[in-house]
Amino acid sequence: MNIAKPNSYRSGPDERGHFGIFGGRFVAETLMPLILDLEKAYTAAKADPAFQAEMNGYLKNYVGRPSPLYFAERLTEHLGGAKIYLKREELNHTGSHKVNNVLGQIMLARRMGKKRIIAETGAGQHGVATATLCARFGLECVVYMGAVDVERQQPNVIRMEMLGAKVMPVQSGTRTLKDAMNEALRDWVTNVHNTFYCIGTVAGPHPYPTLVRDFQSIIGNETKAQMQEVEGRLPDSLVACIGGGSNAMGLFHPFLDDPSVEIFGVEAAGHGLTQLHAASIAGGRPGVLHGNRTYLLMDADGQIQDAHSISAGLDYPGIGPEHSWLHEVGRVNYLSATDDEALAAFQLLSKLEGIIPALEPAHAIAKVMELAPKRPRDHLMVVNLSGRGDKDVPQVGDILRGKK
Amino acid sequence: MTTRIDTRFAELAKQGRSAFVTFLMAGDPDPATSLAIIKALPKSGADVIEIGMPFTDPMADGPSIQAAGLRALKAGMTLKKTLELVRGFRKDDNATPIVLMGYYNPIYIYGVDKFLVDAKSAGVDGLIIVDLPPEEDDELCLPAMKAGLNFIRLATPTTDDKRLPAVLANTSGFVYYVSITGITGAAAADSSAVSEAVARIKRHTKLPVCVGFGIRTPETARAIASHANGAVVGTALVDALKNSLDAEGRATGKTVNAVAELTAALAQGVKGAQQAAE
Repeated sequence: MNIAKPNSYRSGPDERGHFGIFGGRFVAETLMPLILDLEKAYTAAKADPAFQAEMNGYLKNYVGRPSPLYFAERLTEHLGGAKIYLKREELNHTGSHKVNNVLGQIMLARRMGKKRIIAETGAGQHGVATATLCARFGLECVVYMGAVDVERQQPNVIRMEMLGAKVMPVQSGTRTLKDAMNEALRDWVTNVHNTFYCIGTVAGPHPYPTLVRDFQSIIGNETKAQMQEVEGRLPDSLVACIGGGSNAMGLFHPFLDDPSVEIFGVEAAGHGLTQLHAASIAGGRPGVLHGNRTYLLMDADGQIQDAHSISAGLDYPGIGPEHSWLHEVGRVNYLSATDDEALAAFQLLSKLEGIIPALEPAHAIAKVMELAPKRPRDHLMVVNLSGRGDKDVPQVGDILRGKK
Repeated sequence: MTTRIDTRFAELAKQGRSAFVTFLMAGDPDPATSLAIIKALPKSGADVIEIGMPFTDPMADGPSIQAAGLRALKAGMTLKKTLELVRGFRKDDNATPIVLMGYYNPIYIYGVDKFLVDAKSAGVDGLIIVDLPPEEDDELCLPAMKAGLNFIRLATPTTDDKRLPAVLANTSGFVYYVSITGITGAAAADSSAVSEAVARIKRHTKLPVCVGFGIRTPETARAIASHANGAVVGTALVDALKNSLDAEGRATGKTVNAVAELTAALAQGVKGAQQAAE
């Protein structure tokens, strides 16, 4: 594919929310006025130093930022190549990177006077983060979660309920993240007058992909400063897992215009790319769903296909539109890891570093296991450890016991 | 360019009555039964026929229409077969306007230019695409107008006076006023609020205004039709169809009649309405 290289990889989207041909605002008319209001509110908030100052206060004292950049010494020794650093997003309050974005959106919702918050969730990490901040700010919270995910991520369902959120199991379609998003959109279109939709990833209609990216970019900005402090230079490569792609975009975006930095996104290959999987870039093509044009898994008639991943957080047949663009312009390399590879990485990191990763970043670790040994010892590789594995302990325990 | 939609609304205006607009899903519960149902609609009193294009992820539809789409997809329905359905209908009826309603992705994947040519030649008159607001007009709306198809826009309770001109700018055929904020098949519309909203839209356009979402009974249809140029019923018809199916979701001997009978009753409701003075 021959696409002209842009002067900057960080200037998108255009005023209509397009990254190349991707993105846009493909929503029902009922939602359009609110989406335009949100864009205005976000532009105003960005220009308001008080907004940033308030957010920084919560990021430091409530979320616990900055998150450490940790040298994974034993993993590095074991793989015998690149020097591996983990960006410890799993140490954030609520246990994942999701809280960075939710904090920003909840503060926007408060500026817009919205008292009712809805969210979709796959693994439950975004749902937990949303329920947490709604509890903190006294807002009503409704979380849509596919019935299949409710089953496999019970610890997070219980957490959300303890935090006062109402969890709505979604029975339609494949009963996973895609259907949770459909149901959240149906709620939003019905309750648009008082409801703010807190989207969990860099997808959906403009301006969501942009504002979620901006709120998550703290990951990459901190990484840049921390690496400068410990190694005195930029990292050589970045690795992150991708469902919708918010943790990856947050890490990648500040480095997009640093040409020496190799960037790898890791999709979920499920049972393998020739079977059921959730790798939209590897196995999909551009289409329109959930408010944006992006790579999607679909059949010849444009019907959306079922995704599959062992990880509920990656089990989605699409990807954020900016990732689709970064793929087409060739700035980011998109790889994929299977369920089995992720399970092996989950166990390896637990045993070597004493860190139980969520199944989502276990996909990133799985590719680090391939990439790191092929690189020299002075190669600095950062992997985004986007969430902790507590929520996956029952599920992985069952799988491992079943296998033995 | 005059379409069957323009002609039909002009005829109805002369008769001083509102249009009864029906919605059913293409291929529900199977392609053959679906064609038989759609053929029965004009005789039962439908003035304009909307046909849903099945999609896996209909984010503005309630459970009834979601299920109808899934039944159709399970029976092997595709966009190509939806166009064949229209072609089949046109063999016996060259007057009743046909509007295809649905979501953009299947059309985008079919290819916009090819779709417009094939739809026009099959006998489609207009399109309603839920997830294409005016902000995305160059995707399909402008090419459709060029191809001689009406692009019918949804206006909603959240479309205020400031936004209305943008929504109406490239709309043709008629304006579809969504009477509630919500999904199809949800709460009933309040006819006095609808009357106000229709009057507001009419201050901005000469196009006919039809009202849908939340109309289930002949009585509501009559009340709404007295304030608008047309009343749209979808979920109630889809439910009547569903209730006629066997336990496995297959058509029975009652299916076509079940839809036709409700259509006739609703059409009587609409025809009993005194159309509001222009």
